[in-house]
Order: sequence, then structure tokens, then C-alpha cells
Amino acid sequence: MIEVDNISKSFGNNVVLREVSFRVAEGESLAIIGRSGTGKSVVLKHLVGLMMPDAGTVRVQGASLNEMNERELLTVRRQFGMLFQGAALFDSMNVFENIAFPLRRSGVTDEAEIEQRVMEMLRLVEMPGVESNLLSELSGGMRKRVGLARAIVHRPTIILYDEPTTGLDPVVSDSIDQLMRRVRDQFNITSIVITHDMRSARRIGQRIIYLREGQVYLDAPADEVFNSSDPVISRFVKGEADLKEEELL
Amino acid sequence: MGSIVLLAGEVFRSLFTTRLHWDEFIKQLHFIGWKSQVIVLTTGASTGMVFCAQTFFQFHKMKMDNATLTVVGIAMITELGPVLAGLMVAGRVGAAIAAELGTMRVTEQIDALRTMATHPVDYLVVPRFLATVIAMPLLTVLTWAVGIAAAYVLGITVLGLEGAYGLRHLYFFVDVQDVMLGCIKAVFFGGIIGLIGCYRGLNCGEGAEGVGRATNQAVVQSCIAILVSNFFLTLFLRGLLYP
Repeated sequence: MIEVDNISKSFGNNVVLREVSFRVAEGESLAIIGRSGTGKSVVLKHLVGLMMPDAGTVRVQGASLNEMNERELLTVRRQFGMLFQGAALFDSMNVFENIAFPLRRSGVTDEAEIEQRVMEMLRLVEMPGVESNLLSELSGGMRKRVGLARAIVHRPTIILYDEPTTGLDPVVSDSIDQLMRRVRDQFNITSIVITHDMRSARRIGQRIIYLREGQVYLDAPADEVFNSSDPVISRFVKGEADLKEEELL
Repeated sequence: MGSIVLLAGEVFRSLFTTRLHWDEFIKQLHFIGWKSQVIVLTTGASTGMVFCAQTFFQFHKMKMDNATLTVVGIAMITELGPVLAGLMVAGRVGAAIAAELGTMRVTEQIDALRTMATHPVDYLVVPRFLATVIAMPLLTVLTWAVGIAAAYVLGITVLGLEGAYGLRHLYFFVDVQDVMLGCIKAVFFGGIIGLIGCYRGLNCGEGAEGVGRATNQAVVQSCIAILVSNFFLTLFLRGLLYP
């Protein structure tokens, strides 16, 4: 269970989040959507303690992240896996070493077990045979797949996706969506995805939060969001610009 | 300055409470120590020969030719060796550390480390800090050896100095304390280079400009810190080592 209570965050004079609150139940699949610059990634980083709120609290399984120092947060983070927007793979390592990294860090020392689990993950993300490849030999979509394999190899209970399909062509985006669904269903992982790709949000999110100007504008089941008659939601879902609003912004 | 002290505190805490990442440490020791040899050898040889020639030209006027190698030796061991090796390593290694960690920061690799329950200080800073602290005295000894040898060869073959006389004086006037002074300085300078390089990399700004600025700051600040601390270290260690 993740509980976010009234968190606010500013960078200098730029207020990014204003009293954002929501809950994520175990096994739930949540999509956080919104226009660029509305604080979606900032929310995600608060959930795993990469950022701390100026006000408000974030609790993971009842433990308040605000009261923890960096070393205490490391223990909480063992429950998480995270796929970053640019995959954030370690470019000093090959594919195998990248995927094996979380296993080694969680104390697995048996090389046979490490190899077996890395290969299992590579098969899951449909990339067998690339374990010795360097990252420079991978395309953007392949990097995302390797990033996903790395995020789930240590069997986390919560997985965070930061714009997993951004910058990918529609076919590769679709394959990433399918992988995320497979991971969610196969491992019963709590999934939180940040996206402004509506197709991805519809496929992954059982519940959707729409962030607008740093606040929760709507928190509702996916069907309700996609059938909403609210012009703000409707325009975002359909990808239509409101020229009056654009001028105000 | 305060943040660098806090980072130093975190490094020492990590050194004594967490397991060292040996693979990363060995990799850094190879890069920082082994691969810095060419630049340090060149610097040592060049400085030894130039300093020998200039000292000889001045001493020759006062008929003190045979003191030349002694002066070169003491200067290389106590001041020139550690400071020049420090400046060269700051330029090569400090810049590389800041650029590597800075790039890792802007590409979210450091955030990725943190989400994988890995403290960046344990995994990135401690191996680099330890490698610079261990490599610097070794590189400094190399600078001494090459600098003094180059000065000796130049003195004997070109300037007409008495080889045996020069070595005898060098052995007679250079004390164990001088060697300790040079080594302690080198360890301290290694710590400065490792800490400032890591701090600037971990705290770099966004994008290519941020990485560039962090790299620049790492080199400039390391060089200034080496030059300023060298003066105070000389005074402090003289009082401590030469009662």
C-alpha cells in the first residue's frame, strides 16, 4: 500500500506539486497522466524517495519515507523496481551485468542462479541471446526492454514506469505495453505508470489520475476517464489543443 | 565546502561500515594509478631536468656545482613531486571522475542505482576516493625517481657534475622525514582530488553544459585546494615531523 498525503514540492519559485493526495492498493495498476511539466515524474520520484516533499507525507507499507535518511530508504527501495524514461542502464556494463546488478546487490552470490534468472528475464522481454551485447549495440526499444528486465529481476512488489513508451515508434510502444501487462499479470505486481500516451494508459491503468497544474484534477477508474464529458479530460484523451488555454499558459 | 566535508564524513562512515566493492575499486585503481603513469613520468622527467639545469646555472656562479643534485632531490621529494603529480592527476583523473559521475547523474543512472538499494557513496565514491588516496603516493614516488634520475643523467652527461659526489650529498641531506612529508602530502592530495571530483560529478547541473561545468570546477577547485593546502601542510608537517 502506498499513501500519498498532501505533498507539495517547489523548485525555487516554480511550484510543481500542490497538495497531491492518492492511495495505491496492493496489486493495483495506476496510470498517472497529464500534460508535460505538470509534475508526473516528480510524483513518481517521491514514491521511491528519490525526492522528498516540501510538505506532506509519503508512506510505503505504513513506513513514512519523510522520516528516513538515505540509508534507511535503501531498505524500502528493495520492494521497488523502476523503469526510467531513458532506461538509465549502466553504460559501463553489458546487458547481462546490467540485469544481474540488482540481484548481486540484493545478496544473491550463486553465479548459476544469477545466470538462470537473467536468462529467464531476457526470455520474458523477448530478447534472448543479447546478454553479452554492449548498450551501444541496442536500439531505444531494446534498451527499454533491458531496463524492464533489470527492474523486475529481483522480484519487486511495486514497479514504477516513467514514460515507458516516450520516443518509441507505435509498434515498439505496443510491444512495451504488452510486456508491462504481462509483467503485471504474471507477477501480480503493483504497477504505477507515468505517461501521456493515452493508448498505453488505457491498456495498463485500471485506475487513472489526471494531474493538472500540479494538482490531482481527476482520480477515477479508467473507463470513467476515457468516457468523461469533462472538456479538459476529453480534450487531453483525444489529444486536442484548446487554443484559449494555450494562450493563457 | 560544507557539503564536501559532509561527503567526506559519509565516505569515512561507508569505509568502516560497509563492504568495499572490490571490482569497482580495482577498476578505478587501474585507471587512476596505472594509466596516469605516462603523464606523471613526463612531468617528473621534465621538471627534474629543467630544475637541475636552472639550479646548476645559478650555483655555478658561486662555485657550488655539487650541491645541485641535493637541492633538486630535496625539492622533488618535499614539494615538486607531490604538488606536480597532484596537479597532473587532478587534471586527468579529477576531470574524468566528475565527467563520468556527472553523465551518470544527468542520464538518471545514479537515481537508478538508488532505486536498486545501492548508496552512490558506497558504490561510486568510496572506490574512487580509495583509489586516488592509494595511487597518489605511488605516482609521487614515481615522479621523484624519474625526476631525480633525469636530473642525475643531465648533470653527469651535460653539465659535468660529479655523479658519486652528487649521490653522496643527496643521501646525506635527504632525511626520512622528507620522504614522509612528501608521502603524507600525496595521500592528502589524492583525497582532495577524489572527493572534489566525486562531489562535482554527483552534484552537476542538467545537460551537457552541467557536465562541462562540473568537470571544469573539479579541476580548478582541486588544483587550488592542492596549492593552498600544500603551504599549510608544509608548515604543519614541518612542526610535526621535524621536532
